[in-house]
Amino acid sequence: MAIDWKQYDPKPFFDELIAKPGKPRKPAKPLTDYLSSLDDTEIQSRKTAADSAILEMGISFTVYTEGENIDRAWPFDIIPRVITKTEWERVTRGLEQRLTALNMFINDIYNKQQIFKDKVVPRYVLKQSKNFREQCVGITPPHGVWAHICGTDLVRDGKGDFYVLEDNLRVPSGVSYMLENRQVTKRVFPELFESSSILPVDEYPTQLFDMLASISPRPQDYPEIAVLTPGIYNSAYFEHSFLAQRMGAELVEGADLVVGDDDCVYMRTIDGLERVDVIYRRIDDEFLDPEVFNPESMLGVPGLMRAWRKGNVGLANAPGAGVADDKVMYAFVPEVIRYYLDEEPILPNVPTYLCVNEKDREYVLDHLDELVVKPANESGGYGMLVGPHATKKQRAEFAQLIQKDPRNYIAQPTLALSVAPTLCGDDIEPRHLDLRPFILQGVRTDVTAGGLTRVAMRKGSLVVNSSQGGGSKDTWIVDEEN
Amino acid sequence: MLSRVAERVYWMARYVERAENTARMVTAFHLLALDMPKSVQLSWKGLVEVTGNDELFDNHYQREDERNCVKFLLADADNPSSVLNSLRAARENVRTTRDLVPSEAWEVMNELYLFARDEIDQGIGKRGRFEFLSSIIQRCQTLTGLLAGTMSHDAAYDFIRLGRNLERADMGTRQVDVGALKLLKKNNDDPEPYEGLLWTSILRSESGFQMYRQHVKRRINGVDVVRFLLQDKAFPRSVTHALTQVQDALESLPNNEVPLRLVIQARRHAMNASVDELLAEDGLHDFVDRLQQDIADIHGANAETWFLAAPAQAA
Repeated sequence: MAIDWKQYDPKPFFDELIAKPGKPRKPAKPLTDYLSSLDDTEIQSRKTAADSAILEMGISFTVYTEGENIDRAWPFDIIPRVITKTEWERVTRGLEQRLTALNMFINDIYNKQQIFKDKVVPRYVLKQSKNFREQCVGITPPHGVWAHICGTDLVRDGKGDFYVLEDNLRVPSGVSYMLENRQVTKRVFPELFESSSILPVDEYPTQLFDMLASISPRPQDYPEIAVLTPGIYNSAYFEHSFLAQRMGAELVEGADLVVGDDDCVYMRTIDGLERVDVIYRRIDDEFLDPEVFNPESMLGVPGLMRAWRKGNVGLANAPGAGVADDKVMYAFVPEVIRYYLDEEPILPNVPTYLCVNEKDREYVLDHLDELVVKPANESGGYGMLVGPHATKKQRAEFAQLIQKDPRNYIAQPTLALSVAPTLCGDDIEPRHLDLRPFILQGVRTDVTAGGLTRVAMRKGSLVVNSSQGGGSKDTWIVDEEN
Repeated sequence: MLSRVAERVYWMARYVERAENTARMVTAFHLLALDMPKSVQLSWKGLVEVTGNDELFDNHYQREDERNCVKFLLADADNPSSVLNSLRAARENVRTTRDLVPSEAWEVMNELYLFARDEIDQGIGKRGRFEFLSSIIQRCQTLTGLLAGTMSHDAAYDFIRLGRNLERADMGTRQVDVGALKLLKKNNDDPEPYEGLLWTSILRSESGFQMYRQHVKRRINGVDVVRFLLQDKAFPRSVTHALTQVQDALESLPNNEVPLRLVIQARRHAMNASVDELLAEDGLHDFVDRLQQDIADIHGANAETWFLAAPAQAA
């Protein structure tokens, strides 16, 4: 039996493909029509084809606690998500605007601190930031850019409007899966690429290479670029090697690099030592240089910060860029955009209550059963309270925590995240999803066509992390005029 | 090219070659066993001895029967050289050099390992063994061909050739040594006529039967077979040919003095041996021992020259 879209009801959520039962959205129509022309066996055989393509292509992610079996096949839903080009162009402008302002903000933080002097952002926000790096004060990296690669998490609410959920300015991951998802879809549904005009995503590695080359201290045709990975046990190792391969860059570990007496960075090769110009580092600040940060770090390179401060090596992202992505800073980003660019933000923030403000705090304490409360400096969902799902006791505990240390807590309304049709066993059901586009900034700014769509595979769940049962979808930006 | 990467692709090539050689050897012996009359007892343990892991085998198994020996050679988790472990190690080495190895080659490597892992029982049982092993050999060859045909023949590729041919030379010497002497359980009633079959089987282990026939126009006999496997210049699986390839790969690598000197010496040892004298005087075993030491020394020199990322001083 084929899919009957009349039986598919996403209510009460906004659905990416289906406006209401039996009525697909216009850009998604070729896709939904095609899907309903397939019978169950055909759908299942496409699913099987996708699974085996993923296994053969070795698309994996790593789970820490599994002993020997360290890489797992990437979870993928075969039904793509569709966004129109017109809508995406607006999102693109919003993302460019946001990252431009954030980089001006970071550069200001490490230099004049004018925004604090003008009292647009209160100074306490900086004082409590875990990701502020004193060692970076006084530095202006090439083009004034600190966060060269940004992964911004977007969600849609019940009306279908995009909101920024968070900016990842340190070492955002996921872009390789965006690229591989497209490869898999091309293998599984080649015929769909004939009926829709889907923007390609392949340019990313080239753009990444060009961006990295643009921050090289030695302007030359062939800068030596390296991707610095913590090693094969890191959950994103697949991505590190994938990107190095696509860029033709060296994939290095800390032990492959050495900083010389001339404060330049070299890698150990079969010919001896060779100079490195730019490092796309995929390890956190704290582990970057044991001379400056965590002295126990085995992952980093002693002297790397010295080389960077002298301008002898480009680092992307720059150390200390994370100062602008904690959850309290987030609340101020709309103000940051207005301050530096004198423009209205194109993409709105999710409304955020700062518990340090008395009025906000009162509201939060009164509405704990409706809100999501997050600590300012944790990531990955640690120490969070999801009001509607929490017990009375948990809410009482959080009320106490907030009163004790209001600066450390923010709260946001629980969002009615959008959904999209997802293959669950034999059926097509609505599942919640988000979207992580990637933005590159060097001399110029580029945004991916779409991004990585992550899906919460469990019914009703909002957790999209792949380590917790999340899946992913190919994301199509469709040009309706072609 | 990074030293660490050089080391990984070198080992990748060694492990793939090891898996393929083991698969070839078991295939040949499997076919031989089917030909032998019931009265002749074949020693499967001899195959284990070829790989040099007999002590490990003795620690884990009581009975030296066909099933245990084949299981040990193909699947045993404790045998670092088992086909499955070799392929796992090879895959891990490719996985960690995916930035450098062509992605098609990674896919073939990945599928090869997954195939071996999922179908290994076919290889242990008698019925599916031939098909399973043929597929392993074929897939190893596909990988070798893909690397030759799609990867730039640069330093990385030289390290692959280096690893593959050194492993091949090593296995070749083992075949020659343990092969004919121990495959028949020493038994006074051994009928002579089966010696021919045994040498044929050893040739088949190295896929050399047909080539031997074309190049050595005499009936199969020990001296000619050993000479062919040790000294033939044209046959790609002979020890001399493999060492020539090692030399060739070494020549284009930087700082190659020590390994190059060692391989030229090893090759001379292999070429200059007088096989009929060695066989007549029971000197073959000692000779092969020395040759294996030569090969181990080449490996040591490779590691010392390129792999050990000694904390070098920057300019």
